[in-house]
Amino acid sequence: MSEAGQGAALAPAKDERVKEISGFRKALIRPELGAIVGTIAVFVFFIAFAADSGMFNAQGILNWSTVSAQFMIIAVGACMLMIAGEFDLSVGSMIGFAGMSIAILSVTLQWPVWVAILLTFALCIAVGALNGWIVVRTGLPSFIVTLAFLFILRGFTIFFPQLIERQTIIGGISDAAEGDWLAPVFGGKILGFVFDWLAEMEMIAVFERGTRAGEPIVDGIPMLIVWALALVAVAHVILTRTQFGNWVFASGGDAQAARYVGVPVNRVKILMFMFTAFCACVFATCQVMEFGSAGADRGLLKEFEAIIAVVIGGALLTGGYGSVIGAALGALIFGVVQQGLFFAGVESSLFRVFLGVILLFAVILNTYIRRIITGER
Amino acid sequence: MSAFDHNPIVEMKDIEKHFGPVIALNGVSFDVRPGECHCLLGDNGAGKSTFIKTMSGVHKPTRGEILFEGRRMDFASPRDAMEAGIATVYQDLAMIPLMSVTRNFWMGREPVKRIGPMKFMDFRTANEVTMEEMRKMGINLRSPDQAVGTLSGGERQTVAIARAVYFGAKVLILDEPTSALGVRQTANVLATIDKVRKTGIGIVFITHNVRHALAVGDRFTVLNRGKTLGTAQRGQITPEELQDLMAGGQEMVELEGSLGGTV
Ligand SMILES: Nc1ncnc2c1ncn2[C@@H]1O[C@H](COP(=O)(O)OP(=O)(O)OP(=O)(O)O)[C@@H](O)[C@H]1O
Ligand SMILES: [Mg+2]
Repeated sequence: MSEAGQGAALAPAKDERVKEISGFRKALIRPELGAIVGTIAVFVFFIAFAADSGMFNAQGILNWSTVSAQFMIIAVGACMLMIAGEFDLSVGSMIGFAGMSIAILSVTLQWPVWVAILLTFALCIAVGALNGWIVVRTGLPSFIVTLAFLFILRGFTIFFPQLIERQTIIGGISDAAEGDWLAPVFGGKILGFVFDWLAEMEMIAVFERGTRAGEPIVDGIPMLIVWALALVAVAHVILTRTQFGNWVFASGGDAQAARYVGVPVNRVKILMFMFTAFCACVFATCQVMEFGSAGADRGLLKEFEAIIAVVIGGALLTGGYGSVIGAALGALIFGVVQQGLFFAGVESSLFRVFLGVILLFAVILNTYIRRIITGER
Repeated sequence: MSAFDHNPIVEMKDIEKHFGPVIALNGVSFDVRPGECHCLLGDNGAGKSTFIKTMSGVHKPTRGEILFEGRRMDFASPRDAMEAGIATVYQDLAMIPLMSVTRNFWMGREPVKRIGPMKFMDFRTANEVTMEEMRKMGINLRSPDQAVGTLSGGERQTVAIARAVYFGAKVLILDEPTSALGVRQTANVLATIDKVRKTGIGIVFITHNVRHALAVGDRFTVLNRGKTLGTAQRGQITPEELQDLMAGGQEMVELEGSLGGTV
């Protein structure tokens, strides 16, 4: 036992080989750091170059907040799923599909809007579960399985309205939603009285003329934003503070190791596919209530925008690492830049260029961070 | 050694395992007693991994029986074996590098506390226990939030071992825990094995390395081509004899001659 005894003596009281890592490197390994820096940079930039464009008055803020909130809702779902080690490329098609489903059920079939919404949610979540079930059952990459659903769902979204209404846009949802109890949960506004009061105090502008003369220009916070913030908060707490959150990290980090200690990996992954579908459905319902119509081309490319926001937020494409707060900031960066370029009068196609560039930067930064954490060379 | 006063915790009798035409195990008997370190040695392909996988419920034996604390057992899954108290630390499957030590330590059995209707993970307890258990094994963590990826190979093995011990393992199976480690890391893992054994847990230690086996082992069983070549007690066998047994006798003597006794 000589060697073992020696080993015990050798076991160091304090491991001097572990270099104390600097505060800078420690901060770097927080997943959301890049997104925090990016958010600050984006705001500084637009305050410097577009401050007098109206981007930061009440209406301007509402404008980019709404766009950011849309990104946020789908980014939260994509983030949880990516941390669990999977992708969903069918999110954009799911948005179009869900919107169309609500329109057909409520306008064409004349069912109450709340029934249409609930049925659509059930349908979308079931499709999410099917996605997840196929992925865990076949062991195929989720990339391929959900790519199939990208086409399947989009195809149906174009086929059904043409078959039934001979057009690809169905309107009249606003009229159908009149007096419905569930519709305002997605299309309504809250805290209107605060804005009335702010207008009275002359802190925000009011309409000068027209039918709404005297009313504040911004008359409440859209439920879309409330949904976004609530989803971010709930997902963040679940991910970082609960047992289930630990299972999400473990499932994406190393599914085999997680299974070995009894984590129900398949169940976790399927649930995350269902959650992603839920988020897509929230997005679609808010959009349909706002526009009053559903179009077969809604949600195009949204899956990629969601994934980019998540990656900017510091999540690793390989799973097991990431942050909901980071993803939410990634979505905020998106919204601010997209609308900021509009306010600054820049050609909107340049937004795509920006997306590509920032995606590349984020992925390179994340890879570097991963090396620090795992000690790979 | 007090180990011999006790009855075996696990007893494997005449285990055979066939994979189609391949006979991986051809009648292997083996047992572990509380507080002993029973080393399982053998060359590549001897059947060591297959054997411990039957013990830990991954494979069903084709023939033979497994007795756990004297009773016949039929493990349907690794989970069953784990619940009975047989914990296995696989070299590559032990830990998730991107997750913190605490999250890894508690993975699958997270402590929860209720706040109102909600159940949250109790990070305070989890962190305290993790730090304490690692300290017992001789490793002072910088912080329980430290990612496992920043630990050395030996420290990772130690986290996995500490986890198994904390969750009440009666038998701890270590599949080549030292094969990828340097001298110092190996010494640390061997020291950990020694500590765990003293708490009364039976250890099955798989290795290629005769010196590592002799450093901590109480008994040594050598596997060769799916058969046991016998079990020896500590002190009854020299490193050279053990080495020869592993290589199947003859060849090693000749080899050693040509290499000038360096193997
Ligand atoms: N699932 C399987 N199907 C078919 N043959 C297998 C299977 N698992 C193991 N074998 C065979 O059984 C024999 C023993 O393999 P095993 O992995 O148990 O060896 P080992 O002693 O652990 O070797 P090493 O020291 O290299 O880890 C090998 O010939 C191997 O090819
Ligand atoms: Mg092996």
